[in-house]
Amino acid sequence: MATRLKDHWREQRLFLARVLASGAVVIGLTLFVMVRLVDLQVLRFEHFSELSLGNRVRIEPLPPTRGLIYDRNGIVLAENLPSYQLEMIPEQVDDIDVSLEALIGLGLLEADDLERIRGEIRRQPNFRPVALRYRLSEEEVARFAVRRQQFPGVEIQARLIRHYPYGSVAVHALGYVGSVSQADLQRLDPGDYAGTTHTGKIGVEFAQEEALHGSAGYRQVLVNAQGRILQELERASPSPGSDVYLSLDLELQLAAEAALAGRRGSIVAIDPRNGQVLALVSQPGYDANLFSAGISTREYRGLQEDPDIPLFNRALRGLYPPGSTIKPVIGLAGLHYGAVAPWQRVYCLGYYTLPGSSHRFRDWKREGHGPMNLNDAIAQSCDVYFYELALKLGIDNMHDFLDGFGLGHRSGIDVPAEKAGTLPSREWKRDHFRRREDQVWFPGETLITGIGQGYLQTTPLQLAQMTATIAERGRAFRPTLVARVSDPASGDMIEFEPEALTPVEVSDPALWDAAITGMAEVMHGPRGTARAAAADAPYRIAGKTGTAQVVNIAQDEKYDAEELDERLRDHALFIAFAPLENPRIAVSVVVENGGSGSGTAAPLARAVLDDYLLRDSQ
Amino acid sequence: MMMLDEPLDRPRPISVAQRLLTGLRLDGPLLFAILMVCAFGLFVLYSAGGYNTDLLTRQSIRIGIAVVVMLIVAQIPPKMMRMWAPWLFAVGLSLLILVLVFGEVGKGARRWLDVGLVRFQPSEIMKLAAPMMAAWYLRERPLPPRISEVLMVTVGIVILPAALIARQPDLGTALLIAASGLIVILLAGLSLRLIAVAAVLTVAAAPLLWFSMHDYQRQRVLTFLNPESDPLGSGYHIIQSKIAIGSGGVFGKGWLNGTQAQLEFLPERATDFIFAVLGEEFGLLGLCSLLLMYIFIVMRGLYIATQAQDTFGRLLAGSISLTFFVYVFVNTGMVTGLLPVVGVPLPLVSYGGTSMVTLMAGFGILMSVHSHRKLVTQ
Repeated sequence: MATRLKDHWREQRLFLARVLASGAVVIGLTLFVMVRLVDLQVLRFEHFSELSLGNRVRIEPLPPTRGLIYDRNGIVLAENLPSYQLEMIPEQVDDIDVSLEALIGLGLLEADDLERIRGEIRRQPNFRPVALRYRLSEEEVARFAVRRQQFPGVEIQARLIRHYPYGSVAVHALGYVGSVSQADLQRLDPGDYAGTTHTGKIGVEFAQEEALHGSAGYRQVLVNAQGRILQELERASPSPGSDVYLSLDLELQLAAEAALAGRRGSIVAIDPRNGQVLALVSQPGYDANLFSAGISTREYRGLQEDPDIPLFNRALRGLYPPGSTIKPVIGLAGLHYGAVAPWQRVYCLGYYTLPGSSHRFRDWKREGHGPMNLNDAIAQSCDVYFYELALKLGIDNMHDFLDGFGLGHRSGIDVPAEKAGTLPSREWKRDHFRRREDQVWFPGETLITGIGQGYLQTTPLQLAQMTATIAERGRAFRPTLVARVSDPASGDMIEFEPEALTPVEVSDPALWDAAITGMAEVMHGPRGTARAAAADAPYRIAGKTGTAQVVNIAQDEKYDAEELDERLRDHALFIAFAPLENPRIAVSVVVENGGSGSGTAAPLARAVLDDYLLRDSQ
Repeated sequence: MMMLDEPLDRPRPISVAQRLLTGLRLDGPLLFAILMVCAFGLFVLYSAGGYNTDLLTRQSIRIGIAVVVMLIVAQIPPKMMRMWAPWLFAVGLSLLILVLVFGEVGKGARRWLDVGLVRFQPSEIMKLAAPMMAAWYLRERPLPPRISEVLMVTVGIVILPAALIARQPDLGTALLIAASGLIVILLAGLSLRLIAVAAVLTVAAAPLLWFSMHDYQRQRVLTFLNPESDPLGSGYHIIQSKIAIGSGGVFGKGWLNGTQAQLEFLPERATDFIFAVLGEEFGLLGLCSLLLMYIFIVMRGLYIATQAQDTFGRLLAGSISLTFFVYVFVNTGMVTGLLPVVGVPLPLVSYGGTSMVTLMAGFGILMSVHSHRKLVTQ
């Protein structure tokens, strides 16, 4: 390397030469661009000026028609209807505020909407139309039409808007569409949504957005100098969205909603053989058409401030202690782990005390149930039996076993936003609490977990899933709302196959009988807690009642004395599947502050089962 | 040769502004020209974006952030940049590989990496890391570089990241990064004979490149050769943009009065084709003024490069300045129909986030190289 020494002086000269050369190239290329500019702007100015004046051909996006949503029997749940809307093109309006005020004076707008409209005007280029109001009545169209001259730049447009013929029915499953927002555009392809005003916001409408939307087309139009369309020259038609068929059974859904009418709560029905959701009710609900039609600020505030929180999806997001509905699974866990045998009896005194403690864990029946085997304990929902069993099992065994039934994690249902709930364990408590002294697991907490209280929290969907898993003796499927999707252009139908989850394995398959017999005894036994709800049923049912104490329910609402009492009542729960021998439907019912599971929740489940199972024979 | 710790003994600053600039290690003329271009850009953006004030606010915030980045980078001594160059390059390369595996897909290409708070394009890092690495590699070697060294830089520092970015696919950025690396080699004194050989090889490799291109990329080249062949697809951009510029004439139609832009004939008005909006509304005079401001920035950058005191600073400053010009040339060439449509924004003017920050960081490097000079005594 001796011959290649660094010669700084020479290098600097070399660099300077290169820089000078590059500088010359830079100037040369810039002159090249400038010459081109002179060519375009001076020499060919006339030519381009003419082209610019004659430039009348514009390309406009054509939004695709959104796919329809049907129930499992082909009944339309979401469709597109023509509707009139009031639109403003801001740059064509002399004084926007004056126009808006005048429209309020005509009763076509509400003062509350001004803020939203002004925001939209600010966010968009001035030549883009802004929707002032959706879904005008014929009378309103006429009212505007006669005064049209006073409103340059404001026009009535006919558009297709999403319509839900059943209004609030199944709204928490279907979801709704709303105006495409800035946030939506972050995840959607702006080109494909150039002409689209609405997109799925929640539920199936959101989850199936890609299939439902279709793809945009374009048309070439001749416009005059103000940009008004004179003639259409060419068209590339949009391809409409696919139709989506749900597993939901509208008739059953209606029956379940009618059963729960006037109450707060949820009913979820699943076909245990494939995980298809047959009904998904969360009440109170709301009219999905409000959102597709452009909800007014006042209406939206009303929904948000309603103490019954209608926007809240109780079926997927409501968290309730499962209460005694958990007992068949705890009993099965006891058999599986060998903590108990079916014939073993526990004597129920009406309370249970931990060794070395005087604290009494009470049974719901003060005087006690007397001697109980597993079958009796499930049928009569004896707490003491399950206190003792829970203690023998230990919290970690219970955790592992319940996990197989879908508690404590999301079911994976094909619509967004479900909650996972809580399935406590020692590990969970260690991770969940910050203070060291709170992280210790106490035996008392094991006891109350055994009767579905304490930290345990489940969604109604999880309870239905648990019931379906019992019905199928351990076989489980991912719950699904969408059964198939069909492309209207090609007619192709995509069926979604049931997705099997890891089955629950117990040490002896015969053990399932013990748990299921106990649940049948609940309905049909002489002392079964829900025997009244099963009276005269032409089919056999397996069920379990539950009652969940209302503790620290976080609902920030104003209480008056009467309200308070009602809202502190226990939640009523019930799970069931039927027919016993050959289960076709599994149901969970939760009635908030409903009182007792047997009195309030079980009859609702019976109504649902009757509708589904007796339908063909009627 | 020996270095002293005292800063270069210049005449006392005469004004407060000058003292401030010196204290902040900024270069007055360069900063002034950059801010002028940005301000001009905001004017045009207001018109191009359909009087959308939100758009304007967001762009102003970006410019603000970018200036802060420039300020910070200007404080970093070139010695430290030299130390970091290989690491930055390694990080950039790893991120590019990550983005190919995990990147977010937007508009059919994987370019974005989502890091919780922000999504960013790792290729932006490479825009600075590639020339830094090339300058780092050549800094202690006797120049002009030998063929083996040239090959090393070309393959390892230029082609490798460019190929990764081209795979995303983002051909425009890949070519720009390749250019920034190659400029370093040219400035280092690559012999004219080798330049000639490289040119011949490139022409020979063109068919190969053609077959490795995506359909839409080929389409763009075909459209460039004959825009009228596809008046509704990518040719539409070029035709409309030429009409916009040409109809602007010498003096333009006036601010906010460009019919091409305002009536939505011109696509990508606020981003890649903003130069055409400017041409329509401000005419030949407006465009030439902007070009002259750009030339001033490039020339000031090259001057700073010649004043740099070590090979690393020289090569890096030279490459940054000339790459900036490549951006200007590629964008203006594309918009005026001299070059194919490659999706390169007009620097400092087009609406957009990350590239603005990268540009300003580059200017920060120029200022750092200039302001950290030490007195040299023989």
